[in-house]
Amino acid sequence: MKLAYWPGCVSRGFTPELHGAMAAVAPKLGLELVQLDRANCCGAGVIAEHNQELVDTLNARTFALAQSVDGAAGMVNICSTCQGAQSECQERLDADAAYRAHINEHLEPEGLEYEKGGAWWNKNFLWLLVEEIGLDVLRDRVVRPLEGLRVGPFYGCYIVRPTRRLGFEFYPERDRYLEMVIEACGAEPVQYAGSHKCCGFPIVTLHRENSLRQAGRHMADALDAGADCVVTPCPLCHLNLDLQQPEARPFVERDLGMPVLHLPQLVGLALGLDIKDLGLHRHVVKTDPVQEKVAALAGAA
Amino acid sequence: MTETYTLKIRRYDPESGSAAYWEEFGVDLPPERSVLDGILQARDRQDGSIAIRCSCQAAICGSCGVRINGKSRLACNTKIGLAAEAAPNGAIVVEPMGNMPVLKDLIVDMDAVHWKKVQRVVPWLLPEGDPPEREYIVDPESMIDVTQAMACIHCGVCVSACLSMEVDPDFIGPAALAKAYRFVGDPRDAHAEDRLLDLAEDPHGIYDCTHCFACVEVCPKDVAPMNQIMRLRRRATGDYGIKDANNGYGHEKAFTDLIHKYGWLSEAQLLPKSYGDGSLIRAQLKPAAVRELAAKFPTIVRGLASGKVSPKTALIHHKLRDQDEIRRIYDEVESKDDRLELNLYIIGEDGSEEGEAAGSGGGAEEGAMAEGGQES
Ligand code: SF4
Ligand code: SF4
Ligand code: FES
Repeated sequence: MKLAYWPGCVSRGFTPELHGAMAAVAPKLGLELVQLDRANCCGAGVIAEHNQELVDTLNARTFALAQSVDGAAGMVNICSTCQGAQSECQERLDADAAYRAHINEHLEPEGLEYEKGGAWWNKNFLWLLVEEIGLDVLRDRVVRPLEGLRVGPFYGCYIVRPTRRLGFEFYPERDRYLEMVIEACGAEPVQYAGSHKCCGFPIVTLHRENSLRQAGRHMADALDAGADCVVTPCPLCHLNLDLQQPEARPFVERDLGMPVLHLPQLVGLALGLDIKDLGLHRHVVKTDPVQEKVAALAGAA
Repeated sequence: MTETYTLKIRRYDPESGSAAYWEEFGVDLPPERSVLDGILQARDRQDGSIAIRCSCQAAICGSCGVRINGKSRLACNTKIGLAAEAAPNGAIVVEPMGNMPVLKDLIVDMDAVHWKKVQRVVPWLLPEGDPPEREYIVDPESMIDVTQAMACIHCGVCVSACLSMEVDPDFIGPAALAKAYRFVGDPRDAHAEDRLLDLAEDPHGIYDCTHCFACVEVCPKDVAPMNQIMRLRRRATGDYGIKDANNGYGHEKAFTDLIHKYGWLSEAQLLPKSYGDGSLIRAQLKPAAVRELAAKFPTIVRGLASGKVSPKTALIHHKLRDQDEIRRIYDEVESKDDRLELNLYIIGEDGSEEGEAAGSGGGAEEGAMAEGGQES
C-alpha cells in the first residue's frame, strides 16, 4: 500500500527512535511511505489557539501535498496530536464550501488545492493497522508473539476526543484499537485508570506541577495494574511519560521506572525486528525489562 | 417493549459513618427510556432512600449529572438501552459526578466547587458610564459570538470530567471559564481586559487547561468549554498582548514564531523561548525564566544522555524546503485586521455546503458567524 506519510515534528526532533521504528516496520507490513518533506507542523493546538484561519491554511496545505502523491491510498501520520489537530481543521474545511474556497486561495500561489474528500483519508498508524491493513494480516505477519508481555495502552487525548470529530460514528471501536493491536501482537493488554486520560504535556511549560502530576499518576496506575510497559501512538505523550518521567517522580512521591514504547516499536518487536533498529535503547526510562522478556521469548522459540 | 436492566449504583451516606458501597437494582423499562427513569423506578419500587437530584427530565434544568459507565452525563438524556450496551458485565454503573465532594449517593456538592468557581469569574455584566436611555444596542454578530457559551445549563458534567481539575482542584475549570468568555465577548462589558488579565495571571486560570477535550466530549449542550478557553487565550495574547507569569503568552508566541521561521517545531528552542515571552534573549535575562530553565535543564541533558537526542538535533534546526511559502501564508493571514473564525456550532456540521456562503473572506470577516443566523 502506497501512502503519503506525515511523520510530524517530534518524531524527527526529540523522539527520533519513533521515526526510525516506523521506517523499519513499514516494509514488513507492505507499506510504501512517501514522506511529505515540504509539509509543515500541524500546529499541535497552539496555532489553532493563536489563529484559526492560519492553522486551517497550514493543514489544508499538508492535505493538498498528500493528495498530490500519485497512487497513494491516503495519508498516514504517527502522532495522536497531529491526527487530532489535523482532523479539527479538516472538519471545518469540509463543513463549508465557501470557507474551503477561501482557505484554498492562500494555497493558489503554490499551485496547491485541498479537495474535500470522497475516499481520501488521513489516518494515524493505529487506525491504519486496524482499518486498512487489518488485524488478521498483522497476526499473520507476527513472527515473535509477545507472550507474557503485559502492556498498558496510552492513547493521547487528541485521538479519542471529541468522538464526533474523530469518526467514531463509523468506527465506534477506535477507543479500543490499542488493546486490539496489543492482543494481535500476542501481548496482554492491561487495564488501568489513565489509559484514555491526558499525559499533561500541553501544560508542561504553563503549569509544570500539574502536568507532571498527570504523567506520574498514570505511570503509577499502570505500575499498580502490573504492566511491564506502556504503549502510545503519540510522541508528545511520550515526551511527558518517558523523557519527563524522572521529573514526575517527586510529584507522585514514588519510584516509577515504567518503560514507554511507541506504537511502531511494539508492532516491530512482534514482527521480529531488532531492538536496536527499533531504537529501544534510546529511551530515558530504560526498556530493559521489556528487552529481557523479548529475549527470553526468542530463547524459547 | 419493556426489558429488564441492572443498575449498579454507588451508595454513600455520610451520616451512617460507613464507607461507600455498590448496590444493584433490577428495573423494567423500554430501552428508549432514560437511565434517570431507571433510577427513579428503583427508588419508587425498591429503596426510597436512593438520593438523586432531578427536575425537568428533559436536559434543561441541569440537575441530574452523574457518571454512567465511567462517563460524565445527564441521567435524563442517556437512554437506558444504550447504556446497557456499553455496560461492563451487563450492569449499568451509576456513580456521582467526579471532582466534587459527594453529599449523598448520586448527589454532589455543586456549591462547594462549581458555583464557587462561577462566582470567581464575576458572572455578571460590568458596563461603564451611564446606561443608555433605552436598551443597549448590540450588533447581532457579537451576540452570536457568545451564544455557545450562553447555552450552558450549569449541570457540572464538564467539571466532573475535567482532567486538569483531577490533579488541581483549584483550577477554575471548564464551565466557569466558558462563562467568563460569555462576558469577555460581550461588547457591553467594559472590563474584558481586566477579566483577561486576571484569568491569565491566575496559575489556575486559562493556562491551567490541559487541552484534553474531555469537557467538549461530555457537554450535553455543545458549549465546547475548551474552545471558549482557547478563545480567551486568543484574546488575551492576540488582542491585549497580556504577558502573563504562567508563560501562556510566551509559549504561544514562541511556538507560532518557530513555525513561521522553520515550518516545523524544534523542542529545544521552544522551551527557552517560551520562558522569555517568545524571545531567546529575554529568556536569559528574566530571573523567573532562568529559574524555570534551570528546572528544565536536567530534562534536556537526560535527553542527550539517553542518546535519543543528539547535540545536533538539540542545537541546530533547519528550515523546510518551502519555508517561503509558509511565511507568505503567515503574512497573508496575520496582516488582516480581523481574525476569521468558522464556528461549527453556529453554522452546523454540514455548514453551508448548499446554502449561503459563510465567511467568504470578503469585507465581513468573522462572517461565518455573522451570516450564520441573524435572529438572536
Ligand atoms: S458547559 Fe456544558 S457540561 Fe459544562 S456545565 Fe455547562 S452545560 Fe454542563
Ligand atoms: S479541555 Fe481543559 S477545561 Fe476542558 S476538561 Fe480538559 S483540562 Fe478541563
Ligand atoms: S433532570 Fe433536568 S437536566 Fe436532567
